[in-house]
Amino acid sequence: MGLLSKKDAKLITDPLADNNPITIQVLGICSALAITAELKASLVMAIAVLFVMGVGNVVISLIRNLIPSKIRIIVQLIVVASLVIIVDQVLKAYAYELSKTLSVFVGLIITNCIIMGRFEAFALGNGPWRAFLDGIGNAVGYGVILIIVGFFRELLGSGTLFGIPVLGDAIEKTGLYSTGYENNGFMLMPPMALIIVGLLIWVQRSRNKDLIED
Amino acid sequence: MSLKSNLHTLKEKYKGTKMAPAFNALHTFLYLPNETTHNGTHIKAADDLKRTMNIVIMALLPCLVFGMYNAGYQHYVALGEIERSTGFLASTFWTMDNLIVGMWQVLPLVIVSYGVGLAVEFLFAVIKGHEVEEGYLVTGMLVPLIVPVDIPLWMLAVAVVFGVVIGKEVFGGTGMNILNPALTIRAFLFFAYPTWMSGDKVWVHGAVERDQMIANGSNLDAISGETILGSYAQSNMVDFSFLDMFWGLIPGSVGETSKFLIIIGALFLIFTKIGSWRIIASTLIGALTMGLIFNGVVSAEWIGETSKFYGLMNVPFWQHLIIGSILFGAVYMATDPVTASQTNKGKWIYGFLIGFISIMIRVFNPAYPEGVFLAILLMNVFAPTIDHYVVQGNVKRRMRRLKLKTA
Repeated sequence: MGLLSKKDAKLITDPLADNNPITIQVLGICSALAITAELKASLVMAIAVLFVMGVGNVVISLIRNLIPSKIRIIVQLIVVASLVIIVDQVLKAYAYELSKTLSVFVGLIITNCIIMGRFEAFALGNGPWRAFLDGIGNAVGYGVILIIVGFFRELLGSGTLFGIPVLGDAIEKTGLYSTGYENNGFMLMPPMALIIVGLLIWVQRSRNKDLIED
Repeated sequence: MSLKSNLHTLKEKYKGTKMAPAFNALHTFLYLPNETTHNGTHIKAADDLKRTMNIVIMALLPCLVFGMYNAGYQHYVALGEIERSTGFLASTFWTMDNLIVGMWQVLPLVIVSYGVGLAVEFLFAVIKGHEVEEGYLVTGMLVPLIVPVDIPLWMLAVAVVFGVVIGKEVFGGTGMNILNPALTIRAFLFFAYPTWMSGDKVWVHGAVERDQMIANGSNLDAISGETILGSYAQSNMVDFSFLDMFWGLIPGSVGETSKFLIIIGALFLIFTKIGSWRIIASTLIGALTMGLIFNGVVSAEWIGETSKFYGLMNVPFWQHLIIGSILFGAVYMATDPVTASQTNKGKWIYGFLIGFISIMIRVFNPAYPEGVFLAILLMNVFAPTIDHYVVQGNVKRRMRRLKLKTA
């Protein structure tokens, strides 16, 4: 670890596992339920949040000594909102279909509790480099869960991954479908995302008993 | 050496090991154990949990047997091989042919339901190191009775795993679950594989198969397997008489068609004090109330015959009790002691709302032709809240009385 000190590396690795924003802190659930029916949407959402959090944390950290504490929430909102508008415009320009799938949820990145949470809890009290690492770490931790959930929901719900049929053709009854297998429509509904997140939490806690509260 | 002592030696041999619960379960499933259960939040008397379960299963057996005959009967009637007959003792109903077809379809459902469900229970008992709980005995019997005959077995297996793990084990096992596991299984099937759980094909054995043959170029006639609710929802004519519906010679889920046998089961459950008559009665009252309201709407001419709700709203209110599965739900599902309200006043509220909401969903939501299972699941969630307010209300009343006395 020449690049990062041990303390800095923890900023990235912690949110990936034992302090994951979704499975441990249970933040950012709304978007995790809403857009994970397709793997592609999950991935784009993960990248969008990665951008917003990485840049946002640095910006907030840079101006942290200039923000009057009484209006800090407003300042934070302006920073996130500007970044989200950039993401939204880029998506509309280069991936219009996808931006329609994600619809309001791109805009709602502004209210993603993880972002405001990291601004408040970390960027306001740390230097830009550490704030950047923290932002990246939390965004990746969020993204990893999104992608895992999206993987299972798209595979079991539509039989595709990134829109490519991997289990055969459901209408022509080829591949796995010729044996009578059918797509699970429940997987495409938001409740199933909640259940999958719940199962992930279960797996994580049974592997690491320290995480279980009394 | 007898089987019992064999099992006993096996049990003693594995005592204290990881596999012990599995052997204990087998031993006590077949023979009376030396002591009865001491825990289980829903047991209020000295009743053994297994006795409770066994009585419910006994009450369900007539429905299962009838369901087998009915599966064969509906199949042959649809094929046009036998005449439709009337009355409970109809000559073309209780035939060997019907039973054989029915058993061939229904027994695999029972076996899969019990096999998969108990496997999950045993697995969890071994992992968590507690005794195998009897909770699945009733669920395993209910599940085949509330699904269409032609449901593919692998779907049932997936749903049972889901229902037992997510519906029960994650909450801590038997007695701790919020939702009725059998209904969780049905809800999973309903939302995951809607083409196999609703529509006008799945309710009669052979109809789906026939459709595929026609699609492949065979010139046979299609079989209609529509339920009565389905016909009403589309304002079609229903060619079953009131008595057919009562005796149960109609298409539907395996065990819910015969209202006559369900009523016998209900009386048996009430007589043995296993099922709560308060819940059964209030559910039916709730359903009748909603039915009356809809009838009122029709007779006040607030909606016209062109309305898509007209067909179901126009059903005489009492007929709501004998079509669909409201009776089965009220007797076997709503009374589940774990997930129902515990207080007497709470039971009335809980049951009334189940009936009320069931009929509301049935009439208003064309996508869910039968709302009973959704209504019961919904009220399962609210049961603890209802109990809380009933108990708090009681506490408040007694506090007031105390104040009056001391003042």
